[in-house]
Amino acid sequence: MLIKKDNEVPSSEITPRNIYLNRRKFLAGLGIAGAAATGGLGLRRALSGAAQAFADAKISGLQKSPFSTTEKITPMTDVTHYNNYYEFSTDKEGPAELAKNFKTRPWNVTIDGAVQKKLKWDIDSILKFSAPEERIYRHRCVEGWSIVVPWIGFSLSELIKRAQPTSKANFVQFTTIYDPGQMPGQQRQVLDWPYVEALRMDEAMHPLTLLCFGMYGENLANQDGAPLRLIVPWKYGFKSAKAIVKISFVEHQPETTWSKANPHDFGFYSNVNPNVERYHSQSYERRLGEFRPRPTLMFNGYDQVAGLYSGMDLVKNY
Amino acid sequence: MIRITKIFIFIAALVPFGLLLWRFFGAAPFDMTTWGAGLGANPIEKITHVTGDWTLRFLLITLAITPLRKLLNIPSLIKFRRMLGLFAFFYASSHFLTYIWLDKFFNLHEILADVAKRKFITIGFTGFLLLIPLAVTSTAGWIRRLGGKRWQALHRLIYVAAIAGVIHYLWLVKADIRRPVQYGILLGILLLYRVAMWLIPSFQKRRSMTAPHKVTAVSQ
Repeated sequence: MLIKKDNEVPSSEITPRNIYLNRRKFLAGLGIAGAAATGGLGLRRALSGAAQAFADAKISGLQKSPFSTTEKITPMTDVTHYNNYYEFSTDKEGPAELAKNFKTRPWNVTIDGAVQKKLKWDIDSILKFSAPEERIYRHRCVEGWSIVVPWIGFSLSELIKRAQPTSKANFVQFTTIYDPGQMPGQQRQVLDWPYVEALRMDEAMHPLTLLCFGMYGENLANQDGAPLRLIVPWKYGFKSAKAIVKISFVEHQPETTWSKANPHDFGFYSNVNPNVERYHSQSYERRLGEFRPRPTLMFNGYDQVAGLYSGMDLVKNY
Repeated sequence: MIRITKIFIFIAALVPFGLLLWRFFGAAPFDMTTWGAGLGANPIEKITHVTGDWTLRFLLITLAITPLRKLLNIPSLIKFRRMLGLFAFFYASSHFLTYIWLDKFFNLHEILADVAKRKFITIGFTGFLLLIPLAVTSTAGWIRRLGGKRWQALHRLIYVAAIAGVIHYLWLVKADIRRPVQYGILLGILLLYRVAMWLIPSFQKRRSMTAPHKVTAVSQ
């Protein structure tokens, strides 16, 4: 795989973020004074330019995927400026700014637990495991909003095969980096750091489960989980761990961060399910960019995973 | 002077609402496709949060009037209390309307299920309901009709409404309780002041000497 580092904008040429923001305030000020009409959309265009300047490494040789939806893709600006990434901030608009200088190289991923042999892989060697695919997935947050994103990656199964798990590996556990120096949100115990998520082995091996390192034709934005994250499109967004540094194969169902924080609201499975009301009513969702709520689909519309749960009570196993 | 200050407060209190409208309609108010663009990725959530925040702020400001006028010895502050309280109601109504209209699109089934099942909605809704009689009886006519004592007793509901509002916020956040706790601490201080005034006889004496509530009730 080739990651072309063309389109290199010297960092000196990228307008510092605070100047954007000041410009925004300035324009808003003009607005109050009743001067030139310049409003929301124009400002949004200005901000979208900024987002593109940060994630400047295009990924070439993308394969199309039969899993992709043809639904309208959510603008990149929304996906990069509306992030639940508590390691940086509990404010959704915070991570875009706070993750700006997050270091994604060098980056190693430890493979341990029930495997033939403990491994440590460099991120760039992981990226060569398989050809990058673009997968346009629906992404549903447990808070009731959704987006459609062209993620880039390949099936997690490609990594799992190479990790050579043993027969005791019933679950796969993902650990996010713990680095309070770089991640100001980790300086407070909002959640029990580091962030841990997990999947059952068959869920992890499902071809839809994506090991993701890019979006919108480019490298993953830092605020969206760079350099390596998970995308499990039929589960609520929080199951898709970001900035992964460790993948462990374990025998017993691990405790995961959100279900530890609030076991009543957030279960281990957390499949998108309009019939299970825990944290919120989940029968409707708001697609970012749309005004009217739309009905939420079982498994977020990914019916092909239903077989993974046949015979299971999904109200009990929420 | 009071009149000018009142006008100033009135305009200042509308600024958060005006900013919301400005950012919502943006440059092209007649082009529906651009609506909300200035409020970020999820404009409806933003409107809900901003109106909710300002409801709590105005409730706290309203509750701060009595302690401030005594501690700073500016009895005329009372002249602004009704307006501030009504602004708390105004933002609460905007918050409520955002929820039933923009968030739920009048889906009554969903709304009722929400009120019944989600305790943060139940308590928020309760707090809003409690503010309605206070807004209705905020006029001089109603003070006269009810009599100062009864009117004052009724308006103590604001304590309950404010507590409900803070709990509503506390219960709705997923993990980061810092902001609701900050509101809770401020509210706690304002309510403790009242408890102290009620418990400490020397304060009681001072209160009866200045008799603020009765004076206003009559003068209005």
